[in-house]
Amino acid sequence: MTATTVGTTYREAMREAIREAMRRDDRVFLVGEDVGEYGGCFAVSLGLLEEFGPERIRDAPLSESAFVGAGIGAALAGMRPIVEIMTVNFSLLALDQIMNNAATLLHMSGGQLSVPLVIRMTTGAGRQLAAQHSHSLEGWFCHIPGITVLAPATVEDARGMLWPALLDPDPVLIFEHGTLYPMSGELPEPSQQVDISHAVVRRPGKDVSLVTYGGTLGTTLTAAEQLADGGIDAEVIDLRVLRPLDDATIMASIRRTHRAVIIDEGWRSGSLSAEISARITEQCFFELDSPVERVCSAEVPMPYARHLEQAALPQPADIIAAVHRAVQR
Amino acid sequence: VVSTYREHGHALAKGVPPGAVMAEMFGKVTGCSRGRGGSMHLFDAGHRFFGGNAIVAGGLPVAVGLALADKLRGHSTVTACFFGDGAFAEGEFHECANLAALWDLPLLLCCENNLYAMGTTIAHEQAETDLALRAASYGMSAWAVDGMDVQAVEAATRHAVDRIRGGGGPCFLELRTYRFRAHSMYDPERYRQKAEVESWKQRDPIELLVDRLTALGVLGDEIREQMTVVVREEVDRACAEAEEAALEPIEELTRFVHSEPTQEES
Repeated sequence: MTATTVGTTYREAMREAIREAMRRDDRVFLVGEDVGEYGGCFAVSLGLLEEFGPERIRDAPLSESAFVGAGIGAALAGMRPIVEIMTVNFSLLALDQIMNNAATLLHMSGGQLSVPLVIRMTTGAGRQLAAQHSHSLEGWFCHIPGITVLAPATVEDARGMLWPALLDPDPVLIFEHGTLYPMSGELPEPSQQVDISHAVVRRPGKDVSLVTYGGTLGTTLTAAEQLADGGIDAEVIDLRVLRPLDDATIMASIRRTHRAVIIDEGWRSGSLSAEISARITEQCFFELDSPVERVCSAEVPMPYARHLEQAALPQPADIIAAVHRAVQR
Repeated sequence: VVSTYREHGHALAKGVPPGAVMAEMFGKVTGCSRGRGGSMHLFDAGHRFFGGNAIVAGGLPVAVGLALADKLRGHSTVTACFFGDGAFAEGEFHECANLAALWDLPLLLCCENNLYAMGTTIAHEQAETDLALRAASYGMSAWAVDGMDVQAVEAATRHAVDRIRGGGGPCFLELRTYRFRAHSMYDPERYRQKAEVESWKQRDPIELLVDRLTALGVLGDEIREQMTVVVREEVDRACAEAEEAALEPIEELTRFVHSEPTQEES
């Protein structure tokens, strides 16, 4: 059978995923700031209000803690809420609910109360929105036991991750990098299931493993192509699932390439990249031919001016330089 | 019911067995949270008792969500959420009061105003200490009740629940009461006078009710003594069972971080 595909964007793929979930299960509803009349801050939910009405496409006031907590309560009562938080920086206003309730209730209640909740939020920089709308704080959430953290980096994952996330009996956080929404791509028709437990190799290679996720996948693939021109064959791993990390896929790659560069838009100190580096050291130390390299954002609040913002973010040239350091040792 | 870390009475009133509450405080596997919650986190899903929340005001958003789910599904259930005067200073209270009124949710907000947020008097914490007045500004019915008068609380609650069930939206009850004991075992109570505590003890709600029932001839000495004996036996039994109960094996430590597959799934 020949597979047919349709052209779409990351934004449309996410919208279709929400639409499909709403049609399949009447317990699913979407709540968040400007998800209804406005159509979503990033137009993800545009048109859904007309199809599903204001009870299920529910505009919330600027009360992150209250509407995230309301999602938790509704999930406890058997609903399957999708909560949209406009950006990861705003999620800090709801951190109490995410940490102290969503992630904790199951254990604290001795297994009685599971929280089947999905929280979607935008993350990352690159749009000149400065220091209160641009950070990559998903690594912080990866510190918390009890939640699953996803980072769809492709149109296929934007389309496919939501439904399995809603089937999960426990809280799942989905981080959508803000620069990805207009990204176009092809989707198989009908849509295919994706898993929410494994990392994948996006580009096979034999000389070095480039480990990344989300918004820096494209940057990393660009760097890999440029490296290929210089005779270095880089393997690119898209983590997809940031918690729990798929150690097996990462380590299998490093056993093939013996070198690792981690690309993470988060800050370096106390970061997801630090965690991955530590795990590589724990599990693959004697396989390494050179120290693990990291390419992260500069340790500054994200600046507004375009040249400063770009200088703060991981660029292909930074990745290439890190790879050269790794392969020359 | 969603409650606070001072939730033991609420749990018992909602039907959580005393033995399970006591065992939980002993940290035993037979406790209502299998020893993982402790005194501050009593849970009983079967009795719709959703904790036991030790973040001041942290239970309010969850209660909003429980009420929202009932509304979306057309259930007639009312969610009652308990919190104190301290929670009234938290942003989460104000977000939730607005949201409950905005969405017209079947939610009863029970503010147990005992005049102290840990060791801070309400006058040191709230610019306007009439909490019912402020709650009413969110567009919901709100009134204050003598929290030391069991019958007054019962009547006000019944009225509020009827109103909510009748589609009147959320209600706020300010239950004016007092905390006889210290905040915790580590509290030296430097912030209040013993005379103040003693004067409030003169209005002990249990004694007031007993006096009233005695005066009405409903409660005689004999019944009262019987009740005391029954309650003491129940407490003693709960303590004895908790003492003897097993601890959760340490091998089970990491259970319930994620849900376990059910029989059909595995």
